[in-house]
Amino acid sequence: MKLGILSAIIAAAGVLGAAGPAVQGAAVTGTVKFTGTPPANPKVDMSEEDACKGKYTADPVVTVTGGNLKDVLVYVKSGLPAGQKFPASTAPVVVDQEGCLYHPRTLAVMAGQPLEIRNSDPVLHNIKVVAKRNRGFNISQPTRGMKTTRTFTAQEIAIPIACNVHGWMHANLNVFTHPFFAVTGADGAFTIRGLPAGTYEVEAWHEKLGVQTMSVTVPATGSTPANFSFKAGS
Amino acid sequence: MGRAPRSSPEGIAEGRAVFEQVECFKCHGDAGRGEGQSAPTLTDDAGQPIRAADLSESWNFNGGSTVEQIYTRLRTGLDGTPMPSFSDVIDANVITDEQLWRVAQYVRSLSPREPPRPSDVIRATAVTALPAAPDDTAWSGVERYYVPLVGQIVVKPRWFAPAVNAVWVQALHDGQTLALRLTWHDRSRSPDPAWDEWLGLMRDAMGNGDAPLPDEQGADRLHLQFPARWSDDLELPFFLGGSTRQPVTLWRWSSDGDKLEEGTSTGLGRFTPAASGNAAHSARYDRGEWALQITRPLVPADSAAAIPFVPGRAMPIAFFAADGSHGEDDVRGAVSAWYAIYLDVPAPPRVYIAPIVAVLITAGLGVAVVRRAQKRATETA
Repeated sequence: MKLGILSAIIAAAGVLGAAGPAVQGAAVTGTVKFTGTPPANPKVDMSEEDACKGKYTADPVVTVTGGNLKDVLVYVKSGLPAGQKFPASTAPVVVDQEGCLYHPRTLAVMAGQPLEIRNSDPVLHNIKVVAKRNRGFNISQPTRGMKTTRTFTAQEIAIPIACNVHGWMHANLNVFTHPFFAVTGADGAFTIRGLPAGTYEVEAWHEKLGVQTMSVTVPATGSTPANFSFKAGS
Repeated sequence: MGRAPRSSPEGIAEGRAVFEQVECFKCHGDAGRGEGQSAPTLTDDAGQPIRAADLSESWNFNGGSTVEQIYTRLRTGLDGTPMPSFSDVIDANVITDEQLWRVAQYVRSLSPREPPRPSDVIRATAVTALPAAPDDTAWSGVERYYVPLVGQIVVKPRWFAPAVNAVWVQALHDGQTLALRLTWHDRSRSPDPAWDEWLGLMRDAMGNGDAPLPDEQGADRLHLQFPARWSDDLELPFFLGGSTRQPVTLWRWSSDGDKLEEGTSTGLGRFTPAASGNAAHSARYDRGEWALQITRPLVPADSAAAIPFVPGRAMPIAFFAADGSHGEDDVRGAVSAWYAIYLDVPAPPRVYIAPIVAVLITAGLGVAVVRRAQKRATETA
């Protein structure tokens, strides 16, 4: 047990020192599946907005491609050594407003890591973030190509991002004080890298379908599988 | 934060251009009355429906009505509301700080310099020809009377936050016919499918209240109320639609079919159509504002059924307004207290001739006195 903690600290130190792709430690990889018929997404009528109308006709809350579920946040919920500090990446996470929707719709950043908000639409968007533990904001981007950067300070899951000009626009922001999180793409796949050896509670969160957790024990190196599956009506 | 540039017509015009560039109109509307296309979908941080501010009523602004206060709101946004900050827009060099000041000056210019004050008496000036319609330019020079309205909170279902907060009244008569022009701000021309979402938000926010809100939008309404019988020694009827003992006369205009009904009322929502007093009307809706002209002969065709208007005598008048997209009807709405309408007595010709005669006599006497004095001076010399 003592040895486990020690190795965890050493591995974490490895993370601290890691600059670049050569991340040490173990990985948790998997795929998030969806079985059954996905719930219908809310229809969106963008006819009032010339620049966006016709591009999208529904709010893609649940996106399933070949059984794979997109926009799921997978993160280490507990099991990390207490008091451990992790440096934030300086590489910005980008959210783009295009066709009067957010891309991607589920976002995850580390506390201190920049979130870059872009407007690719030639119309006004406001970006309203109402957070509980972080400082919220409500800013405007009236022109195409405008970029605004914000950072956050505290761990918080499922912070809503919304546009009041276009009431159908929603995204979710998640802030972590550690780097052990990932968001699934269209293939439903995720990889969490650089974990010290240990046993962790890993949670998969989806804005509509809820959460699933599993316990994952990882060795000092190598990849450990963790596959999640959401069901219709769950 | 800087200081406000000097206000000028060019500056106001630039403010309007930036207002369009950064799309303030999306919520506040082209006319600034809160009638923008996103207005029906707005909610506050508690998920409650919230109206886009009517920028032509600066006395109602949440953050204050001066140019400096408006500029501050543009800089910071308004917490808890959909109003965003525009500071990042300056930082990104999309607009300059001075241009944001220009927007503040333009917004301020949409409201009168001083907040309006209600007056008890609405005067109908005597004229020789009456305007033909509410958008007739003949109305532009006629005094506007401000009548503030409040929620109807006496009769159930009560209504604490009505959509219409005031009606402006103008009145003229030509000795034969009374013409009234009523204008009021209403963000929606009800029923309007674009406002279905708003009614849904209202239903959710109100719950069952005194009674559930309707599933569908009703009409916009404006009611004018007079005592059914009136002489100066009578007590005023109950201001909310009268009573059985003392009914009131109602002129009920509705956007549903754009019709005007005359009748009597014995209480709010208790209306009986009655013989016509021959009132005619014409209504216009433009970007968040209704304008309604009503004309009626001073002496109605059936004087037993409808009240006469007599120049030189004040007639009590009260108002009721409702916005159908807001879940309002003929009970849930905005009401006024009793006011009075006074028809000027046309001035007889002697009123104009007498001063001229007086001036001529005085001047004549003056000349005579001076002549006499000059003559005397000549004789002495």
